[in-house]
Amino acid sequence: MIKYFLTLEWKSFFRSAAFQTNLILKIFMALGALYFIGLFTLAGVGAYFGLEKAGLEPLETVNRFMIYYVVLDLVIKYMLQKMPVVNIKPLLLMPFKKSKIVNFALGKTIFSFFNIVHAFFFIPFSVVLLTQGYDPLHVITWHLGMMAMIYINNFINVFLNDAMPLVVGVASVLIGLGALQYYGIFDVTPYTGVYFQGLFEQLWMFAIPVLVSIALYKVAHSYFLNRLYLDAGLSAKTKEASTENLDWLDRFGKTAIFLKNDIKLIKRNKRSKTTVIMSVLFLFYGLLFFSGGIDSYDNPFMKIFAGIFVTGGFLFSFGQFVPSWDSSYYPLMMTQNISYEEYLRSKWMLVVLASGISTILALGYLYFGWEAYAAVFVGGIYNMGVNGHVVLWGGAYIKTPIDLTSNKKAFGDSSSFNVKTLLITMPKLLLPIVLYTIGHFTLGPVFGYALVALAGIAGFAFRDFMFKKIIGIYKTEKYKTIAAYKQKN
Amino acid sequence: MIHIHDLSKTYNGVTVLKIDELQIPKGESFGLVGNNGAGKTTLFSALLDLIQPTTGYIQNGEVKVHESEAWKSHTASFIDESFLIGYLTAEEYFYFIGELRGQNKADVDKLLAGFEDFFNDEILNKRKYLRDLSKGNMKKVGIVATLIGNPEVVILDEPFANLDPTTQIRLKGIIKKLAAETGVTVLVSSHDLMHVTEVCERIVVLEKGSVVKDIKTSEATLKELEAYFSKEEPLVE
Repeated sequence: MIKYFLTLEWKSFFRSAAFQTNLILKIFMALGALYFIGLFTLAGVGAYFGLEKAGLEPLETVNRFMIYYVVLDLVIKYMLQKMPVVNIKPLLLMPFKKSKIVNFALGKTIFSFFNIVHAFFFIPFSVVLLTQGYDPLHVITWHLGMMAMIYINNFINVFLNDAMPLVVGVASVLIGLGALQYYGIFDVTPYTGVYFQGLFEQLWMFAIPVLVSIALYKVAHSYFLNRLYLDAGLSAKTKEASTENLDWLDRFGKTAIFLKNDIKLIKRNKRSKTTVIMSVLFLFYGLLFFSGGIDSYDNPFMKIFAGIFVTGGFLFSFGQFVPSWDSSYYPLMMTQNISYEEYLRSKWMLVVLASGISTILALGYLYFGWEAYAAVFVGGIYNMGVNGHVVLWGGAYIKTPIDLTSNKKAFGDSSSFNVKTLLITMPKLLLPIVLYTIGHFTLGPVFGYALVALAGIAGFAFRDFMFKKIIGIYKTEKYKTIAAYKQKN
Repeated sequence: MIHIHDLSKTYNGVTVLKIDELQIPKGESFGLVGNNGAGKTTLFSALLDLIQPTTGYIQNGEVKVHESEAWKSHTASFIDESFLIGYLTAEEYFYFIGELRGQNKADVDKLLAGFEDFFNDEILNKRKYLRDLSKGNMKKVGIVATLIGNPEVVILDEPFANLDPTTQIRLKGIIKKLAAETGVTVLVSSHDLMHVTEVCERIVVLEKGSVVKDIKTSEATLKELEAYFSKEEPLVE
């Protein structure tokens, strides 16, 4: 029986839409996976020697901070890893026991990337411990204990599927504890560190997490088994709809029709909400550059780069996928009495408004001196004037349908990657840096900033021309886009 | 109203649609029947300029659909769920379509009031997004939305599928009234021979992309169609 499950899995993996893309994309995906694996391996090896160099006992320190690692893992799992319920429905009527189906679904999560990736940290780290003369038996039991902790998270996540407040609570407690520790008010790590250190020192202790994870598996199993009905565990949750009146937007004329719709789109769909949250995080991205924390980032050119990103979070994460946001009802848009001009203008206004708001919110960067904010400010102008158009232009070539109701793929959509969009990314990021460099080396930094700002203002001046060009592209790409958006079904 | 000329669509060397000449006069209720893969949805998609014909053209009103977009202002259609916006409530969706077609809320409300029976109290004021409605109710929303803004051409793909019996009967009434009283050209495709013969003045049968029958509906039409689809020769009476 298990053989059939496995062949089903095999086919669903290799025949998935993401995998049916071209070879270059597969290579990119493989490189991406290797990158993460490499990163974790490096962290595993590096953690030991790095900590030793810093004069700390490596294993003890790792154990001390392990609580953050474990809780963070849970939060990430909650956000990204979903129980694969969709594939279960067709199996329900097949002639085998339900408990087998549940075993299969839960067993599948064991091999999830989110669990396996930790092995790439713990295995190298454990190997280093062994080579450094730690007791092999203790290292192995510690290792087993740690992996069991990861699996405890895995099975907790099965229940958590719809406990947003709880997870937000856990995350904020974590942040709170981190802050308390940072400011030296209260340090939780010595207390939790005892447990993790115990996993190493006491041979028998690894049995605790292992037993707990097995128990959780059992609980998760019966939890799912009892809810294996279409109207219980397998049902999609429906939220009560709220209607809202956005008539105040009518002052924007015909554009308002779409603007109202776009605001509802953003507010009512999981995927778009995630995008907005991400674009807020972009606001803080500049801290890496301006605080001088990272040496290679600490030069004026990178600061322009930061300025573009700080003010362009929404532009990049939302604007990039216009018109894919409307992919699920694109045929409607194409047969209604709609002019591309108004449709695009609404998206453009959203992007520009968001960039403007980000520029204002970024006033905090004044703390790092006027030059820091100048970089952010001209970055904002450039985003509004130039990138607002460029991003819509690039969107015409991205033909990945977006599933608004799912968060999957919200973090980087591999298939939206193609040579054309890559080329279009260049003016978004490189041009302002080049402009600044020219200014910087001729008349000085202020001239550099002025050049970037001027380019942005020039972008505004060419708006109508740019719109005409973009509309032309949308028209020629129309049939291909409609066909591509159909693919998901 | 609609003129199809030398239309064909070929995918990878396979011709899925080939219609030399077809005229649909204004105010006609036109039924399209055919088995799966006969090309019904392809024809409607081409008519709505959602796919590009390999050869030929379709003229809707005064314009060729792939050259000008002027047909959009007098044509309304509901092909499938991709014509609905899942995150809107039914009211919001109707108002959105209304705004696109130059109707204000009062106009839309007035139109909707006439469909209270059709909705059977399952659509309006339900505090549900369209994506959470059942298939049948989605279809009701889509069909009624095509009637907003007095279109001259209404295109419905499989409007009877997924509807409950009561609604099917009401829908037949709506379609008949449209063509007979307001002069709207209605294009309907269906697998239900009884329904189409009842509502359409003319029925065209597609097979493998070509028109194999073009019948003016009469008493005998249903028998003729049934005989055709059961692959038997019609009995000579």
